Amino acid sequence: MSLLELHDVSMVYGSVKALQGIDLTVEKGEWLALMGPSGSGKTTLMNIIGCMDKASTGSIVLDGVDFTDVTAGNLTMLRRDKIGLVFQQFHLIPYLTAVENLMVAQYYHSMPDEQEALLALERVGLKERARHLPSQLSGGEQQRVCIARALINYPMLILADEPTGNLDEANAKIVLEFFQQLHREGHTIIMVTHDPKVAELAERCIVLEHGRIANWKDRRVVCREEEVS
Amino acid sequence: MIKMTKYSMYTKMIWNALLRRRSRMLIALLAVAIGATVVSGLVTIYYDVPRQMGREFRSYGANLLLTPAGDQQVMAQNLVANATALLPSDKLIGIAPYLYDRIKLNEQPFLVAGTHFQAVKKVSPYWQIRGEWPADQSEDIVIGAEVAERLEIEPGQQVTLAAAGSETEKKVKVAGILRTGGSEENFIFLDLSLLQQMLKKEGVISIAQVSITANEAELNTLTQQIGEQVPGVAPRLVKQVTQSEQTVLGKLQALVYLVTIVVLLLTLICVATTMMAVVTERRKEIGLKKALGAENRSIILEFLGEGLALGALGGLLGTILGFFFAQAVSVNVFGRMISFQPLIALLALVVSIAVTGLACLIPVKIATEVEPAIVLRGE
Repeated sequence: MSLLELHDVSMVYGSVKALQGIDLTVEKGEWLALMGPSGSGKTTLMNIIGCMDKASTGSIVLDGVDFTDVTAGNLTMLRRDKIGLVFQQFHLIPYLTAVENLMVAQYYHSMPDEQEALLALERVGLKERARHLPSQLSGGEQQRVCIARALINYPMLILADEPTGNLDEANAKIVLEFFQQLHREGHTIIMVTHDPKVAELAERCIVLEHGRIANWKDRRVVCREEEVS
Repeated sequence: MIKMTKYSMYTKMIWNALLRRRSRMLIALLAVAIGATVVSGLVTIYYDVPRQMGREFRSYGANLLLTPAGDQQVMAQNLVANATALLPSDKLIGIAPYLYDRIKLNEQPFLVAGTHFQAVKKVSPYWQIRGEWPADQSEDIVIGAEVAERLEIEPGQQVTLAAAGSETEKKVKVAGILRTGGSEENFIFLDLSLLQQMLKKEGVISIAQVSITANEAELNTLTQQIGEQVPGVAPRLVKQVTQSEQTVLGKLQALVYLVTIVVLLLTLICVATTMMAVVTERRKEIGLKKALGAENRSIILEFLGEGLALGALGGLLGTILGFFFAQAVSVNVFGRMISFQPLIALLALVVSIAVTGLACLIPVKIATEVEPAIVLRGE
């Protein structure tokens, strides 16, 4: 069974059709890159998959749960339990330290556990910076805290919105290595990116244009084809 | 330490939001503290005004009279002492006994009153004496301005007193001339013991004037107690004085009450506006918390918690400042210090918390309407 199935999903804001008839399946452990120009519907699609918005039409099934018609409360519960979010602008709470930012996610999910939060920071190489406020961390460090926060509640799906968009090359490399490691560990990742090099790291890449899937490339198929030839 | 309860994480979030966002929260704290200062100060004044003004009113003369019961013209002086024992000593300004009769001054008949001059100074501070007040138990006298004018007497002059129907004359000095604008100007005043001796009416008086800081209800209770427990004495309220006092005090208190309500409303608006600004600038944070799985209930509890903590801190600060504010008003307007009232402090604190909580309702409602999607939209 696929982890995520979208069937004929559309999103309409007034007279604007942000998404039209999207059919998409994501398998467990897959890394999917989402590309497309500004206004192509990437963010709208991410919001729908991330249980932050409801599609105007179509059906969405995540881990066997059809949340096409669920209430806002149930959507919050699904988001909390199954989704880990990584943002381009990090979105750390400015008045909480790195470890406290992780504990906030635990707090809303179940129970804050400082030891576990410190371990998660250690995993992203930031144990020594655990008591620092976001303003005292570099962009790369903030993004690593954001990744640690996304992972702290063991989500089924990690949604990353241009995670390297605000980082210099060196920090982008570190962050992408983390995503590669997560992928190797079996995490399912959907990542929005403008950078073809980043998209190449994913197994599959979808290009959106005017709210429709305009193109897609499956590296697994390409690789298999290359192996055959 | 490892596993933290949800409650301690909640507290940590609230305190960090307040302490690490000092500049914004300081403005909100000041809004609450200023409101609490004015409210606490005004409420202190509201409750202290009757006491302060009561003392001021006492400068207008006695508000309670002790008169002989029934048809008696005089009463035993010791009965007044019995009645005095029933009066609260901390509120008693003074008791001036009077024995009225007629007497000849330089062979002309006049009304005379024997009294204790030191007590009169307290009970009737509006008396204006040209010359000097006689010392108690001295043989110097005070004469009313009308009498002095008629007989062309000046302070320091010697005059002759004689009780009606008595041949015995007594030469005394006029220490001062009295002006009150009232009937007292037709009287001659001398020491009570001297008059009792001259009239051979030792141990009796006609009336005792009492000045006491009490409202009409308290005075009524005291009157009833004296009437029941001291036979031979008929206590009476000086209605004109007590009722005017009540009217003026009522109006003053209504004014303070009104100002307090207005200040409370202004505080409410000020805190609500500040909290609204806090919510607006933290829309992304709210969106993020929702994206992380926060339910509306959690968001409400966090903002209310911040608001109530602000209310408590501001209330505490305002209560302390309010006391000094009330003290300054009291010293400058009434010339007296006020004492710290723990109940008023508690009330100001509770009101601050309640007003801040109330002011947070609309901003908190707005906070719950923030959509989690804004964190991805980058709005």
